[in-house]
Amino acid sequence: MILVVAEHRDGKLNRATLETIAAAQSVGAPIKAVVLGSGVDGLAKELAAADVAEVIVADDPSLKDYTADGFVLALEQLIGAENPERVFLPHTYQTRDFAPALAARVKRPLVTDCVAIKSGAYVRPMFQGKLQADIAVEGPHVATFQIGAFRADAMKAGGSAAVKKASLQIDASKIRQKPEAPFKEAKQAVDLSQAERIVSVGRGIKGQEHLQLAQQLAQAMGAEIAASRPICDAGWLPMDRQIGSSGQTVAPKLYVALGISGAIQHLVGMKGSRTIVAINKDPEAPIFEIADYGIVGDLFEVVPAMIAELNK
Amino acid sequence: MKIAVCIKQVVTREWQLRVNDQKTWIRDQDASFELNEPDAYALEEALRLKEKHGGEVIVCSAGPARATQVIREALARGADRAIHVEADSLATADANAIAEALAGAIKGEQVDLVLTGLQSDDQGFGQVGVVLAEKLGMPHATIIMEVQKSDSGLRVKRELEGGWFQWVALPLPALLTIQSGINQLRYATLKGIMAAKKKEIRKVTPASAAPTQRISSIYFPEKGKKTRMLPGSPADAAKELVKRLREEARAL
Repeated sequence: MILVVAEHRDGKLNRATLETIAAAQSVGAPIKAVVLGSGVDGLAKELAAADVAEVIVADDPSLKDYTADGFVLALEQLIGAENPERVFLPHTYQTRDFAPALAARVKRPLVTDCVAIKSGAYVRPMFQGKLQADIAVEGPHVATFQIGAFRADAMKAGGSAAVKKASLQIDASKIRQKPEAPFKEAKQAVDLSQAERIVSVGRGIKGQEHLQLAQQLAQAMGAEIAASRPICDAGWLPMDRQIGSSGQTVAPKLYVALGISGAIQHLVGMKGSRTIVAINKDPEAPIFEIADYGIVGDLFEVVPAMIAELNK
Repeated sequence: MKIAVCIKQVVTREWQLRVNDQKTWIRDQDASFELNEPDAYALEEALRLKEKHGGEVIVCSAGPARATQVIREALARGADRAIHVEADSLATADANAIAEALAGAIKGEQVDLVLTGLQSDDQGFGQVGVVLAEKLGMPHATIIMEVQKSDSGLRVKRELEGGWFQWVALPLPALLTIQSGINQLRYATLKGIMAAKKKEIRKVTPASAAPTQRISSIYFPEKGKKTRMLPGSPADAAKELVKRLREEARAL
């Protein structure tokens, strides 16, 4: 049996949960889905519409707001009661916060960020996505699935699974994290999701003084300028220009990646773009896997030539 | 505050990866190595906390002998002393084994705070920090972008997805995994490098931990999408690209 841990925010299941159910369905074993929270009967009903054997509601006032300790306590009890062979979760920031502690608590191996399932092994990226590895695990285990690795629309519906309440004993005094309400930083100045074209720069740009070159290309293309995380971390561009899991998600008509290697955290923010161009000196850069057009070369030679061509 | 910072030595980003003959790990005999980037931010945060609140920064690394390189660097940047849990097997060990090794080193130190990067640039499981918290019995919070000390412990800013954040309070001792970009890194000064030579690096042998998972095969991923590579000189490639973007993709 596979236990899928659902995730939700603002009263809605997130897409990654449906993707994780799709991953579990591809295995072919019976599935139980669990939703944790307080007052989550509606979400349980939604889950029950998926093709799963059973939906478990872990409803407790102490689970109203997510905390790592609360979720570990609840799931430790559930795993003890249900004894699933596998526990599947979406590889979200929330999962990353508690799943390693849960796996250690229940003494099961945890394979994170999986993109495919083989018999006896999980496939996941390593070395920033430059390599892929098959990870073999034996016995009961926990696995998390990369966002977008399985398709939410491939999830089989058609169930009217029974919904049951889990009986939990959660000692709220054992929850050591006290969370405040989530918030967004000051309103973002630029909404890159509306841009038709984006020129995005990564580490390959080497220095802040070279941003001008990318800006000239953006101007010649009628594009907005954006960047991968390290560029914003360094303060070369403001944080609201960042594309990726911690920044904005975009799907423009054209996305030009300059000197971006293509770590998964960046790819999730832009892989829906209609046409992707990658210019990078490393022929093995993962960005080339999702690019429509690729040039292996020095961006400081290629970009000026592009600008000249565009301005002809 | 007495702070332990856990760091890992990883191959440099620029190094051209090659897979070993058994396809179980990279061929890293002639690789160049560096400090795992998120761990560099964790170290910097520890140094800043010490400057503000006083205390001590102990750098801990679980790795083979070559990890001394990044330990020395951390000492040169300002850490006070180091613990090196040394074993060749730690170079490719899973998160559980590394966390076990680090826990053994940290347990006796009575630290107030443990910091580490949110994940490693090599295996990237993103587990060691949180598993270590569990093994040390400490509360934890992950992907942290700001650390404030309060009367009752800490108030930390967690990064959530899509530009959202959340403040979380937790008591000390605690463990935090640090996100890249939380601060601006300092680099070692000549004075720091000289001073580091006199700082203590205590070597520890890890207790053996049975592996819980294994890399059965590591390989270059297949290209999923038909990428049209445009060859030729930069000028030729650029010309061809602009032409195709206009006529084929109709993106310009």
